[in-house]
Amino acid sequence: MSPTFSIGIGGAAGQGVATPGDIFAKIFSRRGLHLNAYNAYQSIIRGGHTFLIIRTGPEPVTNMGDTLELLIPLNQDTMDRHLSLLGAGGACIYNADSIKPGEHGDGVQLCGLPVSTLADITKNKVAQNTLAIGAALSMMGVGFQSLEEVIREQFGKKAASVADENIAVARAGYDYATQNFRPFASALPMTDNKYAVLSGNTALAMGGAAAGVKFYCAYPMSPSTGVLHWFAANGRKAGIMVRQVEDEIGVVNMAIGAAQAGVRAMCATSGGGFALMSEALGLSAMAEIPVVVIDCQRAGPSTGVPTKTEQGDLWQMLGAAFGDYPRVIAAPLDIGDCFTLMAEIWNIVDKFQVPGLVLCDLLLSEGRLSVDPKILDFAPHVDRGEMITAPNGHSEGGYKRYLITESGVSPRAIPGVPGYTHVVASDEHDEDGVLISDMYTNHAKRRAMMEKRMRKEQGIAAAVPPPVLQGPKDADVTLIGWGSTQGVIEEARAQLAEQGITANQLQIRWLVPLHGDAILDQLRNAKRTIIVENNFSGQFARYLRSETSFVADGHIRKYDGEPFMPHHIVEAVRAQLAGDTTLSVPAHEIMV
Amino acid sequence: MATIVESPKPLTQADFKGRVDPDWCPGCGDFGVLAAVQKALVELQIPNHMICTISGIGCSSNFPGFIETYGMHTLHGRALPVATGVKMANPDLTVLVTGGDGDGLGIGGNHLTHTIRRNVDLTYIIMDNQIYGLTTGQTSPTSRLGMKTKSTPFGSIEGPLYPITMALAAGATFVARGFSGDQKHLTDLIRQAIQHKGFSFLDVFSPCVTYNKDNTFQWFRPRVKKLEDDAAYDSTDWLAAMEKSTIWGEEIPIGKFFERTDLPSLDQAEPVTQGRTMLSYPIHIDAAVAKGFIDELM
Repeated sequence: MSPTFSIGIGGAAGQGVATPGDIFAKIFSRRGLHLNAYNAYQSIIRGGHTFLIIRTGPEPVTNMGDTLELLIPLNQDTMDRHLSLLGAGGACIYNADSIKPGEHGDGVQLCGLPVSTLADITKNKVAQNTLAIGAALSMMGVGFQSLEEVIREQFGKKAASVADENIAVARAGYDYATQNFRPFASALPMTDNKYAVLSGNTALAMGGAAAGVKFYCAYPMSPSTGVLHWFAANGRKAGIMVRQVEDEIGVVNMAIGAAQAGVRAMCATSGGGFALMSEALGLSAMAEIPVVVIDCQRAGPSTGVPTKTEQGDLWQMLGAAFGDYPRVIAAPLDIGDCFTLMAEIWNIVDKFQVPGLVLCDLLLSEGRLSVDPKILDFAPHVDRGEMITAPNGHSEGGYKRYLITESGVSPRAIPGVPGYTHVVASDEHDEDGVLISDMYTNHAKRRAMMEKRMRKEQGIAAAVPPPVLQGPKDADVTLIGWGSTQGVIEEARAQLAEQGITANQLQIRWLVPLHGDAILDQLRNAKRTIIVENNFSGQFARYLRSETSFVADGHIRKYDGEPFMPHHIVEAVRAQLAGDTTLSVPAHEIMV
Repeated sequence: MATIVESPKPLTQADFKGRVDPDWCPGCGDFGVLAAVQKALVELQIPNHMICTISGIGCSSNFPGFIETYGMHTLHGRALPVATGVKMANPDLTVLVTGGDGDGLGIGGNHLTHTIRRNVDLTYIIMDNQIYGLTTGQTSPTSRLGMKTKSTPFGSIEGPLYPITMALAAGATFVARGFSGDQKHLTDLIRQAIQHKGFSFLDVFSPCVTYNKDNTFQWFRPRVKKLEDDAAYDSTDWLAAMEKSTIWGEEIPIGKFFERTDLPSLDQAEPVTQGRTMLSYPIHIDAAVAKGFIDELM
């Protein structure tokens, strides 16, 4: 495993935890380093406890990791909560005027900054933050120049004197650390690579824009709101209409309306909003109007824990809306995949005229990741399926919107095209859109229409690849995960390998269609299977069992609102291999 | 985008006749509304394919099936957000929204307030029969106090809301009330509503001959009084409209209560639809703009 370096910055909401995080992220990515950032926070604008972990290294950093090398507590509470996380060689940079360190591990360097003598704290309210950034970079062996550049960008819109003043403060911290503190054992490396740093929400929005979404609407709901913010800020430049709607019922119906007018229309929400959207997904399927809905999962049920992560909405997705209908459900594997998945799912959704559901979660939505900018392809392959946007010789009245075909897909004419007027209907209807639900119901026609729609599932299955086992074929243990746990399971496998336990991984990206037979094939020779997921009841384990009758040997579950750390999985696998248990629920050691 | 093909001969009411006959009860008020809409479209000569008629669920919401335009039969109460999506994605379309009082004022009430507030360029016709008909006769948001229905067998203890007052208060830029029993007047109101650039709210008394024995054609006929017959009435005066809107009893005003033309409709205010549809944008966004998005992340 490649060495990584993690910084934890904590304080009360409103103390400015985000800015140092952004500054470190910029400096790391410009040094050609990868990074992953996870912010543990609460639903409060001022107060509480916010703790940002930013982890960097020369190789891809897929998760928050297990260790902390540097702690920057902005208040006493953060010091008290997290100082014990530091191990030998770690350091804590803090304001010595107002914060007192407590019990700490051996070999931890306590770096108290005399803030009031280094900066004029009456003038600069965030002086302690800026001093700490300067000190930290000095100890990491990073030249001051890169910090100066970033600060100048941060204050770019303000007077030059404001930037100058902050640079002077940062310089004071930098110099003080150079003279008084021990640098870290090895300096932060540097590569020639250049990375883009983005959140999952930004990736979902940009991925949608790249896929040709022309209509985005939403109701604000954590943790999905970042998608709305990106579209709101950039829609006009990109030729995308963005609407904030009165509720999520209105949101999804408005998207369906725009989609009927011929454009790719998308919306995002979290579990509660998705619950409100449920009925309209049936409309999308019945009227055969393609739409994409993103659910950025948070800890439920009900309002739940709005700022915490969970993979608890799978069954809500599987059961959304009543009746049987074809749907597509995909869970992005990491923040980069939040971008690339959008073009893929849109092509399927458009081609088969069905609702597409993206099952993201807070961990990805609000996390930050460095990605190779090459994966941010704004001209991906686009397949809009069989659409009629101009007259092509059909005689007036001859067009059947729901023509029964072998694929189940009927060519879709959009309003405005002469010669193709028809009604798209929520009630069951005949091939021409005329209702067969009210005056004279017709069981034969109803059956034919059900079968037509459901036939699409075969085409969809063929369009989606089955999952592939990662790692050695004859491993001691097979870890099965879905969506956002890809990276942390991968790192856990690497740690297990160092401990002499080989592990492979089956990570599910397409939940519907599932490709149950292919999954069974891959698991047939598995020595021991363990399903890892961020929920209480093993939603994926239950789904896999219902679809394939496959029962895993063990389970690792976490439902405390915080994501898995690699060692959680490693320790649970060891315990299960030792026969201690078949259900592990790791405890989260970081008190956030 | 589709080009408008000029019809060789003027459109007639027959051109707007749907593929199936209405399944409404004989004598239903909705027949009159359908005919008036068709006549107004004939007067305006809007090509069938440039019209989208959108409804929710209920007796009156079967309307799109009975008129020859593009149609959408959506979910109960959700016609307005769907219609907003259609209109905003393609402002070239004339979008008509039809439905009942339960659909629009009950289950869809929240959408109504906000669609009005946004001044989306739609014509919204509520076929108001003061009852839930398709579910065989329960009280509705416009049922009068004391009305006996299957869900209020001892008489409703809840008062009705006043759709016209509500629409005015929410900021509707065109507010009118019609009566299915007065074709000529109703046709004229619908024509004006379609011509109005902005949200047009049209509450139409459309009696349910099966389940509402209180508010029948016979009950309305002597009571309805046209605002147009009052030379002193000024339909640009919002306060006067508010005052008229709550009058209910021996005399019930119908006609155009209010219109203002000084506010932009949502598609006029929206920068990305200035003279174009959303489908007219290339599927891939401009490469330089895309590069800018990536550069911001570096």
